[in-house]
Amino acid sequence: MNGTASPAARKGFQAERFDFASFFFSGLTGLATLLILSILAVILINIAANGWSGLSWHFVSTIPKKDFFNPETTGVLPMIIGTTIRVFLMTIFVIPIGVITAVYLTEYASQKAPLTRIIRAAVNNLAAVPSIVFGLFGLGFFINFIGRNIDSLLNNPGPVWGQPALLWASLTLAVMTLPVVIVATEESLKAIPPGLREASLALGATKLETIVRIVLPQALPGIMTGGILAISRAAGEVAPILFTGVAYYMASLPHRLTDQFMDLGYHVFVLSTQSPNIEQTRPILYATVMVLLMLTFALNLVAILIRARMRKKLRALG
Amino acid sequence: MGMQRGHRARPLEWVAERFILMVSLSAILMVLLIFVFVVREAAPIFTGRMNSALIKETIPVEKMDSLSSRELRDYLELTPEQFAAMDRDTLRLMMEVKAEAMNELPEYIRDDKDARVNTTKWRYMLLPHRWTGYDSPEYIWQPVGQIHKYNILPLIIGSLKTTLIGLLFSVPLAVGAAIYVSQLARPRVREVVKPMIELLSAIPSVVIGFFGLLVMASVLQGIFGYETRLNAFVAGIALGFAVIPIVFSIAEDALTSVPRSYTQAALALGASRWQTAWQIVLPAALPGVFASVVLGFGRAIGETMIVLMICSASVVSWDIFDSARSITTTIAAEMAEAVQGGHHYRILFMLGTLLFVVTFVSNMIGGIVMNRLKSRLEGGKA
Repeated sequence: MNGTASPAARKGFQAERFDFASFFFSGLTGLATLLILSILAVILINIAANGWSGLSWHFVSTIPKKDFFNPETTGVLPMIIGTTIRVFLMTIFVIPIGVITAVYLTEYASQKAPLTRIIRAAVNNLAAVPSIVFGLFGLGFFINFIGRNIDSLLNNPGPVWGQPALLWASLTLAVMTLPVVIVATEESLKAIPPGLREASLALGATKLETIVRIVLPQALPGIMTGGILAISRAAGEVAPILFTGVAYYMASLPHRLTDQFMDLGYHVFVLSTQSPNIEQTRPILYATVMVLLMLTFALNLVAILIRARMRKKLRALG
Repeated sequence: MGMQRGHRARPLEWVAERFILMVSLSAILMVLLIFVFVVREAAPIFTGRMNSALIKETIPVEKMDSLSSRELRDYLELTPEQFAAMDRDTLRLMMEVKAEAMNELPEYIRDDKDARVNTTKWRYMLLPHRWTGYDSPEYIWQPVGQIHKYNILPLIIGSLKTTLIGLLFSVPLAVGAAIYVSQLARPRVREVVKPMIELLSAIPSVVIGFFGLLVMASVLQGIFGYETRLNAFVAGIALGFAVIPIVFSIAEDALTSVPRSYTQAALALGASRWQTAWQIVLPAALPGVFASVVLGFGRAIGETMIVLMICSASVVSWDIFDSARSITTTIAAEMAEAVQGGHHYRILFMLGTLLFVVTFVSNMIGGIVMNRLKSRLEGGKA
């Protein structure tokens, strides 16, 4: 940590009286750190070692028949597409709302005002709501309330909107990831030197113009990071889509907002719990997990890289 | 362009500001909507208007006119929309059908005293009951068959059991790592280790569940040699994997927010690095460590897929090597087979409400503790 004594002086200091308790407990905390890292390593290495062999172009580009437990003929293309579409739709909803909220919180709101505190508390609480409760909310609000009302407005004979669908799953995920986008955007807005805003205002630009032309372009990498983190969080979530849109099997790819879809994470769940013969399914299960992990990790990596570049740029500016 | 407008009144600015304010209220709106719509679906359970008894008092068709429309609607178990769409003759017919259906119940059900029990009453959901065929009063969650039994105690115990195991496993590790990373490690090490531990939170819970099911379950059984391969212990440890990053990052945040002057003073007085961390920094940041545990608890009790994949039998047992069925698991596994609007469906939403309230409260506590700590430490710095 923050060294106060010069290295040489410290060395002399420690040599003077070797403190066994210090040594022991420091070692213990280091061991705890090491154990956590090895858990991570074991999970990743186990999945990579077993999943690599099952991965093939055929596997990621095939639309499987109903019997997707058969390693010879199965593939995960519809799941990749389903996950991608639901996550993409989600960003369309969540990014504008999240960014505008963050702009309000950093640029407009007075930090001590009760309303600001309530909004912040709400964002915090939204982040802590269990994912299965989001699923229930999606079912109770989007499907049973909004969807059914649309159906009765349109006089649909059967449920079209009032049933699990791609749109409702995406909206549910958008509500779930709203805090992620807000927090990331806020962070990047705060990191912009106030001098930039002041310069723009001093030149006669209005507050809105300053935000739209100066602040937001500067914050763009941060906003992208927020979006990517939201995507990577949502891509692996299964509980919120269980009742709001995911399908066990679909013969065709989804092509309407009201269609159901297949999903990578849910497919992992299905393969590991419903398989008639787990030994036979094991290779494709590992390969599916591998695809899901590669997707979420690649997204996380991109977010980390953007953030690192942004920090460097800001440091140069500041 | 706009740049030249100077300080004159700006209607566009005003509209934009209002708009931004309105949008930013959406976070509050969403929390309210979640609460309202989850509670709405569970409302008949809370108000006691749900009746799951197989044998109910039948009302003779002749008495139809003496009933208020609300009573009639409840009796026929119709939604307001359905009720409004029906004319008198249809309603009369439905009453007849209902009375007949009661008479056609098989003999063994009509003799069963439990068939008259409304299992959605709090008494049956919380207290043990001696069901037909059992020797003693028991807590049973069994929403299948003729008589649905909805005692939620096994689920609460299941949730607490897995959560506590998860916390017992993850908190010492995560707090230890937080102390190490924030106080003892060299900056170089810290910069590598911190993002790696945070990477653990990027692993989807369905993948942790999969890993627990396929790999850990057998390994742990090999080590501890218990009977049931998939039990609360395995689920708890796997839950711990998901909780570690949360506890770690909050505890680490609390520990690093302790002002440098504290550590510098301690080191200057001749304390070792460990003594400083243990006797100065940790006590100062203790509320933050507490907050991290509370928030970890909220995360663990709300986690669905891990427990769903690893174990799911509902038993009342505090034995960690028994199976367990948590609240979240129950909702996820049974919603598909529950009839929309039926008692099972409503009870699952009631469980969702319970979960929402528990995590809301634990999050509030964690947040408040953390805020107080930060403002106090920042005050101390000045």
